Amino acid sequence: MSATSRTAAPVTHAIAPNRSWLRFDVGELWDRRDLLFLLFRRDFVSRYRQTLLGPAWHVLQPLALALVFTLVFGRVAAIPTEGAPRVLFYLAGLLGWNACSHSLQATSATFGSNADLFGKVYFPRLIVPLAAVLTSLVALGLQLGVFLVVLAGYRLVTPSSGVGMHWSALWLPLLAVEAAALGLGVGLWISSVTARYRDLKHAMPFLLLLWMFLTPVIYPLSRVPPEYRALALANPVAPVVEAFRHALLGTGTVVPSALVGSLASTLLILVSGVLIFQRTERTVVDTL
Amino acid sequence: MTETVIEIENLSKAYRLGELRFGTLREAMSRWRTRSRREARPSPAIAPEQVGPAPNTFWALRDVTFSVGRGEVVGVIGRNGAGKSTLLKILSRITEPTSGRGLITGRVGSLLEVGAGFHPELSGRDNIFLNGAILGMRKADIRRQLDEIIEFSDVGAFIDTPVKRYSSGMYVRLAFAVAAHLEPEILIVDEVLAVGDASFQRKCLGRMRDMSRTHARTVLFASHNLEAVQRLCGRSVLLDRGRLRACGDTATVVAQYLGAETPFAAAGTWIDVAGAAREGTGEVRVVEVRFTSGNARAAGQLYADGPAEFELAIEAVGARRVQSIALGIRDPAGQKLVNVDLAALGETFALPEGRSVVRVRIEELHLKPGTYTVALWIARYAGEGLGPGDVLDFVERAMELEVVDLAAPGFRTWLGGGAGVVTCDFELIEISHPGALPDRLRSPR
Repeated sequence: MSATSRTAAPVTHAIAPNRSWLRFDVGELWDRRDLLFLLFRRDFVSRYRQTLLGPAWHVLQPLALALVFTLVFGRVAAIPTEGAPRVLFYLAGLLGWNACSHSLQATSATFGSNADLFGKVYFPRLIVPLAAVLTSLVALGLQLGVFLVVLAGYRLVTPSSGVGMHWSALWLPLLAVEAAALGLGVGLWISSVTARYRDLKHAMPFLLLLWMFLTPVIYPLSRVPPEYRALALANPVAPVVEAFRHALLGTGTVVPSALVGSLASTLLILVSGVLIFQRTERTVVDTL
Repeated sequence: MTETVIEIENLSKAYRLGELRFGTLREAMSRWRTRSRREARPSPAIAPEQVGPAPNTFWALRDVTFSVGRGEVVGVIGRNGAGKSTLLKILSRITEPTSGRGLITGRVGSLLEVGAGFHPELSGRDNIFLNGAILGMRKADIRRQLDEIIEFSDVGAFIDTPVKRYSSGMYVRLAFAVAAHLEPEILIVDEVLAVGDASFQRKCLGRMRDMSRTHARTVLFASHNLEAVQRLCGRSVLLDRGRLRACGDTATVVAQYLGAETPFAAAGTWIDVAGAAREGTGEVRVVEVRFTSGNARAAGQLYADGPAEFELAIEAVGARRVQSIALGIRDPAGQKLVNVDLAALGETFALPEGRSVVRVRIEELHLKPGTYTVALWIARYAGEGLGPGDVLDFVERAMELEVVDLAAPGFRTWLGGGAGVVTCDFELIEISHPGALPDRLRSPR
């Protein structure tokens, strides 16, 4: 059989209690890349089976939310939007926020919702959250499409408005990846902690909402009083959301140093998240 | 001796009790607070030697050492809770041992459950890819074998239907088909064959045998189905409450397992029932019982289609005449399944003072594997019905006996999940298809 063709070098692995925090096998992850794409495909295909609108849900959700924001925060609370049309302002902000929060939500229950599978088969567990992040990035792409359609419609109706994308939109893919990586890092932390202590699972929706309010999604950063500005920018999502808005609408405050800080904390959270995740995965089935 | 591919040394695994299911922060904090008080109170179901290194832990596996050579098929047997699954989980890397070490050479494929990761919304074809990838196959391998897998599964035209529309039989067959096409160098299989119908089981066992014979693949096979283990495995290991009790030639290990000192009565030895709770006048009492199937392969234990011989040692305070001497077998629910009653002979038996021994033989037991209780009875019949002094001895629960899972060759009965209370041999006369079209009219697939 042809399977022997790739067994030339025998694979050997040791079985021993391993309490080390620094063990991360990239080779093994690469070896199972087929699984990554199949899981990604499963997530995407299965989610909208037997739904009328299918993947349009990816699009409708943020659109509806942006409309509600326009009504509540724009019309009722009258929070200014730096001159940008309200719907576009909220859509752009939500894009930045969702890049992070969707990947967080998709990964934070990794151990909980895969307990059965993890108890029966071994594969590098990290593949599951990675596939979930891929799914949320594709969804983000769809949402960006919606934004562009709405933007084009707006410009058609009001040609003189001057609202439009900035050349910094070229950075968008990188920004999206950074935000997703941040969400993944936090998600890995949460899934590792909730594998042992379920408490966090119940607090999650509330904490996530709180985090969104602390992030300039429904208000511009420029409205934050100067004395709190540094504090607001310490939130690693804040500079990303502002940069999204700057790229998509030309408004917003881009603070390069804050972006660098955001990148640094993302790396820190992601690396520590991966480490605690791989430390947890090795015996997690005993406690699930 | 061939090259060793699995080598484990002093492998141990301790589990925490109370914390197996739920862990909340509050529990962790209170545990931390009470740690100094040390209230170690392991549950009574756990044997003292299984109490682990710390309070509220127990050893699911303790100092297990053995090795497996390339191409060997090794059986893992033991009662429920003996540590079979824990051992296989550690070897499959699903969890880590608490202490000890092991070395595995070769790609491991493990099959602790069929259809792991099947998604109900996806089609059969999609699930083949997904499940295959989860089990460690590459997309290219799956694609190469796709037709073969579909053929093996026998789901035919339904391959592009979501699996949630499948019957449970189709679902299992598809899952097995993927698993059967795994080509790891070392295959680890747990009790999965308990599902699926008999012919499909045979197909899978055959495939496992092929893997080891023609492709020199190593198989580790845990099962309660002793017959399958005996057919498939040259060597076996016996686990008992986490420890390795025996390791060697399968026939020897199985005999040791069946003859092991257990909570159940052992075959071939006199079992003292003199002290059992009983009713009756006590003029005549059954004091000892002995049983055997007379089959060395089963270590004398009773098995589904086997014969059963019972000997009842009776003691009488004086000469008595009785018409009914009976032995009943009940299932755990208390339903009487068998009643061997000498009253059926319509004779009167004269028992002298002192000891008598009654021997009875059941030609074929026809009970499915499991645990049964034995009741004993001695009575006089005084015409219609029983008077108050007519029951001389009645022991409702004299002892428990186990009917073991071992069918004689050629006995066609299903002993797996869904087995009936009573077993019986049968013969397939034919399968006809009166409504089927002749072959040449059928559309090609």
